[in-house]
This record gives sequence, structure tokens and C-alpha cells, in this order.
Amino acid sequence: MTQKINTYRAGPDEQGHFGIFGGRFVAETLMPLILEVEKAWDAAQADPSFDEELQYYFKHYVGRPSPLYFAKRLTEHFGGAKIYFKRDELNHTGAHKINNCMGQILLARRMGKTRIIAETGAGQHGVATATVCALFNLPCTIYMGSKDIERQAPNVFRMKLLGAEVKSVTSGSNSLKDAMNEALRDWVANVEDTFYIIGTAAGPHPYPAMVRDFQSVIGRETREQMMEAEGRLPDSLVACIGGGSNAIGLFHPFLDDTDIKIIGVEAAGLGVDTDKHAASLTGGRPGVLHGNRTYLLQDDDGQILEAHSISAGLDYPGIGPEHSWLYESGRVEYVSATDKEALEAFQLCSRTEGIIPALEPSHALAYVSKIAGDLPKDHILCMNMCGRGDKDIFTVAEALGVKI
Amino acid sequence: MSATPDSGRFSRRFAALKAEGRGGLITFITAGDPNYEISKEIVLGLPAAGADVIELGMPFSDPMADGPAIQAASLRALATGMKLGKVLQMVREFRATDDDTPIVLMGYYNPIYNYGVDKFLAEARESGVDGLIIVDLPPEEDVELCLPALKAGLNFIRLATPTTDDHRLPTVLSNTSGFVYYVSVMGITGTTSATGDAVKAAVERLRRHTDLPIGVGFGIKTPENAREVATVADAAVVGSAIVDRIAGGLDGNGKPEAGLVDGVLDYVRELAAGVRGSGDKQ
Ligand SMILES: Cc1ncc(COP(=O)(O)O)c(C=O)c1O
Repeated sequence: MTQKINTYRAGPDEQGHFGIFGGRFVAETLMPLILEVEKAWDAAQADPSFDEELQYYFKHYVGRPSPLYFAKRLTEHFGGAKIYFKRDELNHTGAHKINNCMGQILLARRMGKTRIIAETGAGQHGVATATVCALFNLPCTIYMGSKDIERQAPNVFRMKLLGAEVKSVTSGSNSLKDAMNEALRDWVANVEDTFYIIGTAAGPHPYPAMVRDFQSVIGRETREQMMEAEGRLPDSLVACIGGGSNAIGLFHPFLDDTDIKIIGVEAAGLGVDTDKHAASLTGGRPGVLHGNRTYLLQDDDGQILEAHSISAGLDYPGIGPEHSWLYESGRVEYVSATDKEALEAFQLCSRTEGIIPALEPSHALAYVSKIAGDLPKDHILCMNMCGRGDKDIFTVAEALGVKI
Repeated sequence: MSATPDSGRFSRRFAALKAEGRGGLITFITAGDPNYEISKEIVLGLPAAGADVIELGMPFSDPMADGPAIQAASLRALATGMKLGKVLQMVREFRATDDDTPIVLMGYYNPIYNYGVDKFLAEARESGVDGLIIVDLPPEEDVELCLPALKAGLNFIRLATPTTDDHRLPTVLSNTSGFVYYVSVMGITGTTSATGDAVKAAVERLRRHTDLPIGVGFGIKTPENAREVATVADAAVVGSAIVDRIAGGLDGNGKPEAGLVDGVLDYVRELAAGVRGSGDKQ
């Protein structure tokens, strides 16, 4: 255990393992296709024209780079650390999800796939997938838990406007994990023509690494922009964690800068000491689901538990395998914020900065609000504002007892 | 490697089928569906109804490769408190009445991983389990459970599928034992079925790579289907269609009605009559 780690950025190994986490736990029907995706991804990485094309769309379609913004009023409000937002909520479609979708659809096209499927929780990944499918004229089916269809109605309509078919999932707990099961079932039946765009840094290898690499544009830009703004790197990074894609995207380029404190914020729902939360690292233990070994919320028989969060995008009983590894290695600290704390942060940010954040990054901000005041004024903290809150106004109104 | 020899039940059973000159019937139900007692009654009745091999599902909350019928069966079992330890208990109770019929446990890895691999394998072997089919453990993950299972004297039965090409087949077959389970369609359990010609071609392809018995499943619903498949393969596997009979024996509130067990076993008898007509094997 005292072995010193030279780099935190080398994973995964060839079998897709981050330490004991990750891997390829899928049915045989999918296995040849998973290997094919891996091969295509390796080839794409070795081909400069793939990155050129991706950068083109990042710049002209997604609107990258996203700004790094000094949140002056919040900084004054907390009275401590200098708070910066990496503003991925300004991306086309309103969240970081499109970074990954753009990358994966370009790969799907290279592989000659003619149909796209995806799972979605908050609907942000579904919207981003439907968007790139419209852009490249590919038919698209989105699986979404019936519970999420209800609480994310605007995004459901958006997906339909974009031409996607939205399939309501009524198995299990009717939310994100069940949507993922259903998408996998679809994929098993349609391996020949279909590409599955997984929405977070989880699933069988190579997805966790591939999604991370597409999202790492967030952290790379942050490094450059921070050097420009402050002449140095930040002291701490904070991001919310559902499956962990926005977080790993921000964190990964900084993992070997070990002076930088890195913090992931899970959703504590009604509290991590209740049975209504989504904090897999804080409240779970290692297990195998959706193609990888990772921390999971599960009962004493290894049955997966329903997660709970006011934020549909964080309402998942697992977490990407690289986070499980970063947790056990101690490089990243994982904490949690409750529904209530996130709601407060949501309102505070709206009033103080004129930015209505999504409920997901509101969890990150909730944690920032706990620590910022106690940090010195020359401490630079960068938080990933990974999504905007328009999709959440109905949920928030209801939670606040407001009728709209 | 100081491997424990396997129970020998598979080789004896498939040799007996060969001697009879017919294909076998492999039946699947989820252990604990709709509850422990009824499920046990069904399992105990299966050999007499004509099942040659019994597949018992270990219920899991997230059965990613299963269709609606088996998903629902899993949830019914879990709702009545079924756990992995009780699946082993059911096998023990079965073995007290039948020492010949091979039993395969089928399911997903997480409950086993959670139980503890070595503990599970030791108890499975001791309770009379002959083999394991774990849907989400491809050869790439053999160190997890396949190799320890073989060492513990349990067969590890692998699924081969239409997407397993000739290049990959040797990998899939490498640590397979007991029999090979050919999944005849791309898709989840209980949906479409393959044509007889496709099954025949697939079995012929597999036979070029292995001498192990070949069971074929997915989408077999009628005694005629079962006969057709058992004629070209060594056994036909029927799952969702049997599970549907269990679901059909529940009242509007999900309570088992009288006659559920008989209804299920009668259907198994029909399937068994089907494979018994597979005598003129080419
Ligand atoms: C805005 C936003 N942030 C975060 C998440 C959670 O996903 P991840 O942890 O992969 O970034 C979602 C998921 O829908 C989201 O929409």
C-alpha cells in the first residue's frame, strides 16, 4: 500500500482495468462488437483526421472552448476562495454531454453504423444524442425511465423535436439504471447496425476511457484558461458525479498535479444515512453491473438498489470505474450534497450570478458553499458548471411549492 | 492445477441420451418464482415430467440479457425474499430426491461476487450443482469465476452466439465444459426464434470446433420447435415459455392459483414428448 504511484493517468490497462475496477462484463453476443469498438477507437486515436474533424465540430457546432468565468459575486458572498466556473453549460444543448456524443457519433460513422441508441436520465444526454443524430442524419432511439420522462418533460419534447424516438422504460425502478439495461437489451438484438452512445464514463471497456477522453477537453481548456487568467493552475477542482463523466473530464488532465486538491460530489438525496441517496462511493461497495466492476449501491444479496436524487442525472446506483479507483487510491476526495443543499445552491447561484445551474452542478456548488468561506482568499477553486438549469425549473418549482 | 473432478452428471446424462438416440430437454425456471415452496415443487417434479437437465435461474435485479418474462420472474422471486443462499438450499433439497439429473445455475455475476466466489463455489459443489452459466462473464473475464469454478469441480458452460465467429469460437470454447449453450438468435431471452435451417447450420459449425454436447436455446416455444432443435442439436433449452406458464398460473394479485404446478409440469411433459420424437437423428 505504500507503493508510490508515478502517474494517475496511465489507466486503464489492456483489459480495461483501473486497478481492480472496470473490465468487460457483458454477454457474449456483445463481446465481438465491444472488441470492434475498441479497435475502431484505437484506430481513430491514431488518425489525426479524426481529431481534426472532432475539433471542427467542437468549435463551430458545440461552441468550444467554453469560457472560464470568475464568479465574482459568489466569491464575495462566500468571502474566501476565488471561485471560477468552467462554463460547459454554455455548450450547444446546455451541458457537457455533447462533448462525448460528438466524439462517439464520429466514431460510429467511421464504423459504418447506421442506427444510434442511448440511455438518458436527466434527458441531457438524450438531447445531446438526438442532436448529433439529427446533424448526421442517423435514426436514434433513446431509452428513458418512465419516472424520468415525467420529471424531465421539456427534454423529452426536445428529443422528439430533434427526431428521436423516446422509449419509456417501465422495468425495475423506472430510472437511469433501467434505461441502461433496456439500451443494452436493444443493442444485443441489433449489434450489426447499431452503435450505443453511452452517456457517462461507465460501461464495458473501452467506454469509460473513451468517454473520459472526449470529456477531457474540459480539463485541458481549464488548464490553459487558468494560466491565462491567473498565471497558475488552480488549488482545487470540484465537480458533481452521476456516472462521473463531467468530473473525470475536468479532473483527468490534472490528476498528476498532486498539489491540486480534487473533489467529486455525489448526490446524497435525503441523506447518506437514509436509504434514499445516490452516493455509490460513500454508501456502496464494489460489485459488477453494466459491463464494469465499480462501487454500487446494493443489498446484502448483491441486488442493485434504487438510487434517489432530486437530480435525475445523478440518480444512478453506480459510478464510473475510474472514480472507484481514484477513490481507493486516495487521489480524489469524494463527498456528497443532499437534495436540500443542492436546491439552496441552485437558488443562490441564480440570484447571485445570473446563472441558473442544472440540479447536477448545484450539488457541486452546494459543496463549494460549505468550504469556500474557510479557504484563504488566494485559494483558486474551479467548479465545473456542467449544465444549465432550464430543464429543472419544474422540479425546482415543485420542491419549493410553487405552481407554474 | 489440482482440480477437483466434476460430478460426471453431464457426461452420464448426454451419453444416456445418445444411447436412447434422441436429443434432450433442458428446462429453465427462476429459482423462487413465484415463491420458494412452489418453485421447489416444480423443480422436484421436472425429472418425472421429462426434463433431462435442469437450469435454475439465480434471480437478479438487473437481468440485462433477459426479456420481459424472465425479468418478471426474477422480480417475483426477489419480492418473496429469494436469495442466492436459498437457491443453493433448493438444489440441496432437490438432490435429496434425485442424484442423476444435472443442475445448472444460470444468472449474473454480481450476486456471486457479493457472496464471495470461493464460498459460493464450495457450497454450490457441495449442494449438488453441476455447472454454471453466467451471462455477463465472457472469456475475457475467465479469471473471475470460470477458472476457479473448473478448479472447484464445477462445469462452466459458455454461451456461443451468432456473433461468435470462427475466429472467436476457440476462445469461447477454450474453458467450456459440460456442454455448449448455443444462443440461436441475437437478442434477449423470450423474443424471436431462429429458423430450423439457421440452427442446423450453426450446430454444424460448432461441431467443427468441439466434441462437447450442444444445447440450443432462445425462442423455443412449442413441442414442435423443441423436436426440431433436438433433432439437430444434443438438447433443446426452453425457458421463457415455461416461465410464461408460471406467470399464467397467478391470479390478478400475483397469488399462485391451485393447479399452477400441474399446469407447468403438463407443459414440460408436452415438450418432453416433443424431444422424444427427435429419435431419427441424422
Ligand atoms: C448537467 C449534468 N451534469 C451531470 C450529469 C451526470 O453525469 P456525469 O456524472 O456523467 O457527468 C448529468 C446527467 O444527465 C447532467 O445532465
